[in-house]
Amino acid sequence: MTLASSTPAASSTATLAPGATLLEVRAVSKRFGPREVLKTLSLEISAGEFLTLLGESGSGKTTLLRLIAGFEQPTAGEIWMHGTRLDTLPPYKRRVNTVFQQYALFPHLNVSENVAYGLHAANTPKNEIATRVTDALAMVRMQEYAAAKPTKLSGGQQQRVALARALVNRPELLLLDEPLSALDANLRKEMQSELKSLQREVGITFLFVTHDQEEAMALSDRIALLRNGALEQVASPREIYAHPATAYTAQFIGQTNLLRAIIREGVADCGAFQFPCSRPDGSVLFSLRPEAISLAKDSLRFESNSPQPSTTVRFSASIHQQIYSGATELLELQTETGTILRARIPSSAPISGSHEFLFSASDAIALRD
Amino acid sequence: MYSKTYKLLVSLPPILWVALFLLLPYLLMFLHSFWTVRDGVIIHHWNLANYATLFKNPLYVQVLFRTARIAASVTFLSLLLGYPLAYFLSFHAGPRKELLYQLVIVPLWVSYLVRGYAWKTILGSDGVLNGFLQYLHITHGPVSALLYSPFAVVLMLTHIYTPFVFLPIYASLEHIPRPLIEASQDLGASPRKTFFRVILPLCIPGLLAGATFAFVLSLGDFLAPLLVGGPSGTMIANLVQSLFGAAYDWPLGAAISVFILIITLTMLALTQRVEKRWSFE
Repeated sequence: MTLASSTPAASSTATLAPGATLLEVRAVSKRFGPREVLKTLSLEISAGEFLTLLGESGSGKTTLLRLIAGFEQPTAGEIWMHGTRLDTLPPYKRRVNTVFQQYALFPHLNVSENVAYGLHAANTPKNEIATRVTDALAMVRMQEYAAAKPTKLSGGQQQRVALARALVNRPELLLLDEPLSALDANLRKEMQSELKSLQREVGITFLFVTHDQEEAMALSDRIALLRNGALEQVASPREIYAHPATAYTAQFIGQTNLLRAIIREGVADCGAFQFPCSRPDGSVLFSLRPEAISLAKDSLRFESNSPQPSTTVRFSASIHQQIYSGATELLELQTETGTILRARIPSSAPISGSHEFLFSASDAIALRD
Repeated sequence: MYSKTYKLLVSLPPILWVALFLLLPYLLMFLHSFWTVRDGVIIHHWNLANYATLFKNPLYVQVLFRTARIAASVTFLSLLLGYPLAYFLSFHAGPRKELLYQLVIVPLWVSYLVRGYAWKTILGSDGVLNGFLQYLHITHGPVSALLYSPFAVVLMLTHIYTPFVFLPIYASLEHIPRPLIEASQDLGASPRKTFFRVILPLCIPGLLAGATFAFVLSLGDFLAPLLVGGPSGTMIANLVQSLFGAAYDWPLGAAISVFILIITLTMLALTQRVEKRWSFE
């Protein structure tokens, strides 16, 4: 079942080819009194993409969403969508729909009346409303609840109705403001995969706001990481995890070890170990993911002061703590020079004492300071 | 857990209070309405003559209709004033909200009588309004129709009950989750559509509560007609008062009271049902 199929009168504007720029946020700033919530932020969203605004509370992600929806006005900058300027339009004239954090279903209307609300507002013909509402409810598997009042529904069901209510209008852009945060963990996982497949199905551009990095990783085509009202990094989940640009990104997305190294003549020296590095001389911060460190299988002694550091870095460290989490376990290590490192290794047996560990120098990612 | 004796002791005062000061008077009133007065003495002779008088005597019928008309006008006018005020305060007052709210409440602390006399000085023949009209040469000589008329009663009661109408409406507007209004706009509804399809339906309980306040309180009011009503502004409560006083016809007064009580209770029951239908807690 697709939304775009049912009737021809659907969208007046031609839909953009996937990949073309749909939304442009141009140097947008937002102040609330003395507080600068967004700092000259620019962002482009492509048609058909699932982009997540990720950030801590207070990072400005919800404010950006509200600027795009039209509930707030930017202090400076412009927002453009599909060739028209958006930020000067009132919310009800924007081809943008929102799924609200607490769903915001109308309590005095039943499920199908809620879903029909936007179509009524657009003066859609009656028979078209009926078929589109039925289709939208079928899409989120809520047909049987068409006559129910929202207050009688569970959180997950309300969530589905809120989605149907927004998608039935075939917006060019769907905004989702932490829509899963009110659900319990299991339902949340379920809704995540539903949301993802739904987005592929309808082909509508999703702009999703969350503070949960796992959720962002699971859902997004790209993640835009916000920090104090500015973009820290915008990249695909794989890219942002494998090549975090800053220490903040590296720590916010997954766990990491931050290592300060002095580079001299192609060798990075962290104190505890050295590895080859092609960067110019100077001080650099590296990120090394815990899973990049593994337990050395052989207990061969290695020359700690060997003249040529190899691409595989070996070091010995004592195990402080072992945190078991099923398939893997997290070790807290202390090297001979006192550096604390965390390593994630496949679970085996309890281990303690001093061991040898290794990692590949290419897994140490240089960060922007 | 509390003992039976304790529970009994605690609930006894309110039970006694209700029985002595509410149920017993109602019962006495109800009984009186079926008795008659002969030669200045109340005779315990059961009959429906009082109710017949109430519905047949043109004086009572006229006053009853006038009372209903005044109460309806007051309700309508206080809604007309109270609703926009509540709407403005709830949605557009910004940081001045608290101050304005207090300003609406303040008149409630001023004695009813004081406000009545204030209207007398405003509406009287040599009152403020007449002086002003003559000063502007709109009228030449005092307009006596301003005071001692149903108009004056409606004016005074509207002034007094508008805050009562304002309060429940304001509360219900404040209660509307703001994301609902954003959702409505988000779904393409203009501010006008949002008002009629979201805001108005969601404040119906407040509207009804306010309207009921104004109507029921006006219906039983006797001070406003006494102060500013004059003979043409007499309301049903004034008749009751005189029947229980100078005229010494308690049975007829009781019958009228019972009738008003029935109207009031019916109204309350009806509005309660509608309110329930429109509340979504």
